[in-house]
Amino acid sequence: MVIKRVNTPLTDEVVQTLAAGDHVALSGKIYTVSDAAHKKLVQYLGYGRKLPVDLSNQVIYYAVATPTPPGRILGSAGPTTAERMDDYTPALLGQGVKGVIAKGYRKAEVLQAMRHHRAVYFGATCGIATLLSMYIKKVRLAAYPQLGAEAIYEYTAVDLPLVVNNDIHGGDLQREGRIAYAITQGN
Amino acid sequence: MRTVEAMLVAEVVARLCEEANFVLEENIHSAFQRGFEEEISPYGKEVFAQLLSNAAIAAENRLPICQDTGIVVVFIDLGQDVQVTGGSLYGAITEGVRDAYQRGYLRKSVVNDPIERTNTKDNTPPVIHCRIVDGDRIKISLMPKSAGSENMSTAKMVNPSKGWEVIKEFVVDTVERAGPNPCPPLVVGVGIGGTLEKAALISKEALFRPVGHRHPEEIKAHMEDELLDAVNKLGIGPMGRGGRITVLDVHIETYPTHMASMAVAVNLLCCAARYKTAEI
Repeated sequence: MVIKRVNTPLTDEVVQTLAAGDHVALSGKIYTVSDAAHKKLVQYLGYGRKLPVDLSNQVIYYAVATPTPPGRILGSAGPTTAERMDDYTPALLGQGVKGVIAKGYRKAEVLQAMRHHRAVYFGATCGIATLLSMYIKKVRLAAYPQLGAEAIYEYTAVDLPLVVNNDIHGGDLQREGRIAYAITQGN
Repeated sequence: MRTVEAMLVAEVVARLCEEANFVLEENIHSAFQRGFEEEISPYGKEVFAQLLSNAAIAAENRLPICQDTGIVVVFIDLGQDVQVTGGSLYGAITEGVRDAYQRGYLRKSVVNDPIERTNTKDNTPPVIHCRIVDGDRIKISLMPKSAGSENMSTAKMVNPSKGWEVIKEFVVDTVERAGPNPCPPLVVGVGIGGTLEKAALISKEALFRPVGHRHPEEIKAHMEDELLDAVNKLGIGPMGRGGRITVLDVHIETYPTHMASMAVAVNLLCCAARYKTAEI
């Protein structure tokens, strides 16, 4: 199995090479953006305010971790459902977001906006939150401390195991995978 | 009349909350093993391997299997010959949840009001369903229920004269439209009959039955097999990346109903299938 090693910040050159279904080991800084943080970021943009985090070429992770136990740097942090952030995503793409880590469907218009902005949708497996946290080596509060667990955190990832759900060329693992394995009346 | 201290109930609930979040039930673990062996999709196999690996790390280190540690659903079978003393039963259950979510470093995901939505900061209140039964025991079945799968669950009233085909269509359609969102591989609970809320309730009870255990009535066991086959033909697969094991098992529960009604509820349980039971 080929695993593509990808570093953040993500460049157009790298994004171009990624195909739906690729296994990726992602390293570098990623930013967790929860439902509440999305709402705040988009509010800031609406007021013409500068964002507290420079999102250009960054990868964001839709995740809210469990509290950090003693002796650890992070609790369990796995992906949440992408669809809930659909309305906020175009604005963040406009700020230069190049990758999103989440799980599940996204609306067709949002997938199209991601392709247009040359941003990749990475899928993280759900239900393996503790395993995924092992690949995060450093955690720093980046913005909106008032949101508590839903604040924006900067995670330093080393070889975080992801798949490419949607690439910028129209490839869609969740759609194609299902077609490949569906058994219909005919067969 | 047997007496049970409220404090004991609180402690048992707290223990069950932690265990449910850290330690996978044996039947789910076995289902993941079988899934890894039997899933033909490489992406699917990989998900099963990750689920097993995660379960091992979580159990050994007492860490949460999933970051969505859920809203806690508690089914209490209260023996009619038991008296809870030293506090209220519901108060004790609530305190148990509060304690566990604090000391277990579990995420606090509950908001005070569905409209206002301020976090209660202690993952209470739990959702409690209490039933009075014979005897002098208290049976507690507890499930941290995460949002992803709950959000793709549903219930409706169907035309009873349309019969089985319409029920099957509703279940398959629910799993199909949910796709990857509820985090397959799933356990699917189907509640049929009663009234709207009764069907929903028994669809959640159905989730506590171990994977591989069929309904005791042959006709319904056959229906479960038929539904399982139908949903797995959809090809959604683990995490929706394509595969033949989208659903680990389908469990049907039924209840007598009005001659002119048929309620059907479909409750989905994600791959972080967590629940524990104890008896006091």
